[in-house]
Amino acid sequence: MSDTSLNISRSGFDATPTVSEGGVGDYIALMKPRVMSLVVFTGFVGLVVAPGALHPVLVLAALICIAVGAGASGALNMWYDADIDAKMQRTAGRPIPRGKITPDEALTFGTVLAVGSVVCMGLMINWLSAGLLALTIGFYLFVYTMWLKRRTPQNIVIGGAAGALPPMIGWAAVTGTVSLEGFILFLIIFLWTPPHFWALALNRTEDYKRVGVPMLPVVAGADATRRQILIYSVLLAPVGLSPAFIGLGGTLYGVTAGLLGALFVALAWLVYKRREGRAAERAARQLFSFSILYLLLLFAVLLVEQAFGGLLAWTT
Amino acid sequence: MDDMIQLTEEQKKRRRSRSVAIAWVLGALVVLFFIVTIVRLGGNVASRSL
Repeated sequence: MSDTSLNISRSGFDATPTVSEGGVGDYIALMKPRVMSLVVFTGFVGLVVAPGALHPVLVLAALICIAVGAGASGALNMWYDADIDAKMQRTAGRPIPRGKITPDEALTFGTVLAVGSVVCMGLMINWLSAGLLALTIGFYLFVYTMWLKRRTPQNIVIGGAAGALPPMIGWAAVTGTVSLEGFILFLIIFLWTPPHFWALALNRTEDYKRVGVPMLPVVAGADATRRQILIYSVLLAPVGLSPAFIGLGGTLYGVTAGLLGALFVALAWLVYKRREGRAAERAARQLFSFSILYLLLLFAVLLVEQAFGGLLAWTT
Repeated sequence: MDDMIQLTEEQKKRRRSRSVAIAWVLGALVVLFFIVTIVRLGGNVASRSL
């Protein structure tokens, strides 16, 4: 964040001194606040549904660490992907392509946040959750962003593990262990990620093709992508229901997960059947929007049940 | 001295806003670390050997 930093990009060295143009808002945008909010929410659910109790101040501290860690991942991702971000319609408005923040500044900012969040998590909560947070950041940067994203259409399938880890981090923060319940929450997000992103990618194939990112619709075609979306949706529905069978979710969760899962599969079926024109585009858009709602509601119901469970225990 | 970069008013304003934000974040961290320390130590804060 120096005011007279040199513009050093991954692709080369530009000796022209540049003045830092970024405002506070640009640095916030660098942390992908929308992604961060979903990460914090799922991490919070992990913290709340885990057996045992963590002092509210420590819950807040853990959430801040998770949020900052997610922000670090976003900043480091934008640093590495600045070249393709500039060419894609969806990402051209990010701070680095707009010239508000230099790649060098983004790298420094992301690294400081990453190290800071992991160390603080370890010192304030426990080192298992700190290790999982470090794994999340490292996996997102090194495995997804640097290794898989530009090489294989399985990029978001494997890379999705990074986005699926926050509930496990929350769970580990409270219990100090990793258990089946935490793994189930991880698995729900892991299986949810491919249909979510492929539904988006179906309508942005040209963007990905232009920058050479081998998303599944670019490499295997739209029809193969539609088939994969359906397969993952069919796998997701029962896994989404499984917390009701292992005692993590109650009746309300079971009913909600059953209905939402059926709706998810129905929308994926529509994506599979409608392959031409506006109807196909609309089906993919509907599935993408619904997928966000699906995850939010599923985890929100777990929270509500926990809150009511606590209330019942308190009143009796 | 002529080749020194002269910041525009807008750039100075942004630098100031960044500095203020960093100050707030550092202040918040101090408060957070203090409260977390108290919470973690609890009542044992006074019962240490001197």
